[in-house]
Amino acid sequence: MNSSGGKGSMSTASSSAAWKAGDVVPDQFPAGLRVLVVDDDPTCLMILEKMLRTCLYEVTKCNRAETALSMLRENKNGFDIVISDVHMPDMDGFKLLEHIGLEMDLPVIMMSADDGKHVVMKGVTHGACDYLIKPVRIEALKNIWQHVVRKRKNEWKDFEQSGSVEEGDRQPKQSEEADYSSSANEGNWKSSKKRKDDDDEAEERDDTSTLKKPRVVWSVELHQQFVAAVNQLGIDKAVPKKILELMNVPGLTRENVASHLQKYRLYLRRLSGVSQHQSNLNNSFISPQEATFGPLSPLNGLDLQTLAATGQLPAQSLATLQAAGLGRSTAKSGIAMPLVDQRNIFSFENPKLRFGEGQQQHMNNNKQINLLHGIPTTMEPKQLASLHHSAQSIGNMNVQVTSHGVQGSQNNSLLIQMAQPQPRGQILNDSAGSHAPRLPSTMGQPILSNGIAANVSTRNGIPENIRGPGYNPVSQTSSMLNFPMNHTSELPGNSFPLGSTPGISSLTSKGAFQEDLNSDIKGSGGFMPSYDIFNDLNQHKPQNWELQNVGMTFDASQHSNSLQGNLDLAQSVLVQQGFSSGQMNGQNRSAAVVSKAMFSAGDCTEQGNAQNVNHHLNNLLVDNTIRIKSERVADAGPANLFPDHFGQDDLMSALLKQQEGIAPAENEFDFDGYSMDNIPV
Amino acid sequence: MENRSLREQIAAMRQSFLDEEILDTQFIQLEELSDKDEPSIAEEVVTLYFRETTELLPNLEEDMKATPIDFPKLDRILHRLKGNSASIGASKVRNEINKTMALLEEGNVEGAKAAFEQVRKEHDTLKAKLETYFQQLRQAGPVDPATPSK
Repeated sequence: MNSSGGKGSMSTASSSAAWKAGDVVPDQFPAGLRVLVVDDDPTCLMILEKMLRTCLYEVTKCNRAETALSMLRENKNGFDIVISDVHMPDMDGFKLLEHIGLEMDLPVIMMSADDGKHVVMKGVTHGACDYLIKPVRIEALKNIWQHVVRKRKNEWKDFEQSGSVEEGDRQPKQSEEADYSSSANEGNWKSSKKRKDDDDEAEERDDTSTLKKPRVVWSVELHQQFVAAVNQLGIDKAVPKKILELMNVPGLTRENVASHLQKYRLYLRRLSGVSQHQSNLNNSFISPQEATFGPLSPLNGLDLQTLAATGQLPAQSLATLQAAGLGRSTAKSGIAMPLVDQRNIFSFENPKLRFGEGQQQHMNNNKQINLLHGIPTTMEPKQLASLHHSAQSIGNMNVQVTSHGVQGSQNNSLLIQMAQPQPRGQILNDSAGSHAPRLPSTMGQPILSNGIAANVSTRNGIPENIRGPGYNPVSQTSSMLNFPMNHTSELPGNSFPLGSTPGISSLTSKGAFQEDLNSDIKGSGGFMPSYDIFNDLNQHKPQNWELQNVGMTFDASQHSNSLQGNLDLAQSVLVQQGFSSGQMNGQNRSAAVVSKAMFSAGDCTEQGNAQNVNHHLNNLLVDNTIRIKSERVADAGPANLFPDHFGQDDLMSALLKQQEGIAPAENEFDFDGYSMDNIPV
Repeated sequence: MENRSLREQIAAMRQSFLDEEILDTQFIQLEELSDKDEPSIAEEVVTLYFRETTELLPNLEEDMKATPIDFPKLDRILHRLKGNSASIGASKVRNEINKTMALLEEGNVEGAKAAFEQVRKEHDTLKAKLETYFQQLRQAGPVDPATPSK
């Protein structure tokens, strides 16, 4: 474990500040991530706290759910992510999860010694963005920042994501996707809302440290009231003014209602218009409220949705459902929130709606997730189907792209429009432009862009657009490091020719890497060829902070010997991680990378210049998977950036050796066609 | 030097824990968490753990003997015990807990009681061994114990 180490050089304070600024991704990210840990077990709490501190996170621990909730309420922007135990005496962990999702909309990770499928599924349905099984290993905690980034990214874009890389292998892929989509949903809502209030939201989004709430938060209750009012008036006669009067909510303006109504209408239209997604749509519509609660029986959800969609569902029923969903009533009994619902709800509802992440998860689960549920989209419904996957990825992409704010944003708009069936794309474009600066703060999501582009193009048949944005932004901004986002795992499915990515990566690597790190990167670049995904990632500009971390954290004194040792460790970690899980597990990857890097490093040491490499490699090998990713990034541009001082031949041989060993892992990523292309020769 | 042989002894002890599967790599992770700010975090955590189990175990025993048995409560406590046992790497203890829970789920209360006896047994064995282990560590001095031969 290389958890301990010279991480002290990181200044968590500054990184938190930078993180809050939201405009720039702090170099030390994810150091300084503000984590709230809730567990009634003092033993576990102590261990977790220590582990998180070792990851350089800012930890606040709490042994009671109520305390945690009040802490969160008092300081809504005080935390980035919450980790909560499932079994707690004063409040069920899932309830806490729901509350947090509703009120604060923070990513929540559940954990428990209970690894029963039903419990994990409960986590998914309730909107947890991940589920860790005790004993929690530090490797699992190192990656939790991805959930924060993902969520923020989703705020920008509305697209659901088809899946996410989970931290550990133990999570079922399903939950990963759920997590992913849930975040996406959030983003979707926000995007749609953004369309209406672009400037305002843009400003609010500046603070990426938390999910910026738009001026009006369409909470479950609020939406419930809205729907009740609409139903009362009759969907045809429901005009904003009357709805507003019926709702009688102080502070709510007619404009708020009008925009919400418009979305609602579109949602309904979509419900009736899109047959295949109909159920989803219906569900989604209802889900927003229900979704937060998660526990709604699919059947109920469907009925509700349909009814709700048609405006015939009595407000009371909806309220009941919602209440049930919330678990306020004891309706929890086996009501499984229809996954679909959740998804849909997300898309329909304003991003502002704070739905439990569960909803998002549902979305993920439903492959059909329509990004647009109810949100006015410019694309045809049929596109939705094909797009959902791509949308998800695009979503990521968009987010990523926009984050760059440079060409990326432009591309994004293009991409968005193309890829996203919804007008969201436009919104994104707009927002991309305006929010582009912010995105970077959300931590470069770019990696996906490549993948997404791939997805998009294959699905939508708009290769050019997709690719363009995907690539351009990546190369340009390179801030899109999506490594953490593990979305890459998603991408592989598309088997999109990522050939272009290498080019991009090289571009990005050049621009992105700091000079010091360049050599490191180059070195590592040579090591990664076998990882297609990495190549993609590499293309994205490696997050500077990652690189910095790399340089700083690793003990430079370690040399080839240690490398060897690390190699073993990495490999064993790799094995443990279940490389074959096919998930773009950062850890796995990093392990793989590490082993590769180490391997190469080992070889390099024989050469005079290798020393440098070793150092860098060591640095890069630091346990932080992120770091490793940055290495990968370097790999992306291996062809171009391959450092002279690395004996290319030696490295190549090392690489090849590595590749052979790691080949199977690569395949998992479905970037088969990709692997050898980037090998620098 | 004495110190070295003591350290060797400690390392051997640790290795035997792993070999016998009394402890697993989670314990190693725990030990590796120690740094200059908290050099003996492993010992602190383990102490905390045993303090908890000192309470939990008798309660569990009582609950298992109760009639009627409160299954949800038992389940909760057992999960709790499983969680913290796993967190410190007490693999044998955790395995026995798993067995107990499985039996309870089947409704085999008697079987569960017997399995729980095993839990206690493994727990007590572990406690004794770790006490000795940490004692030796303290004796050896404040050197980072988390440098076992990998």
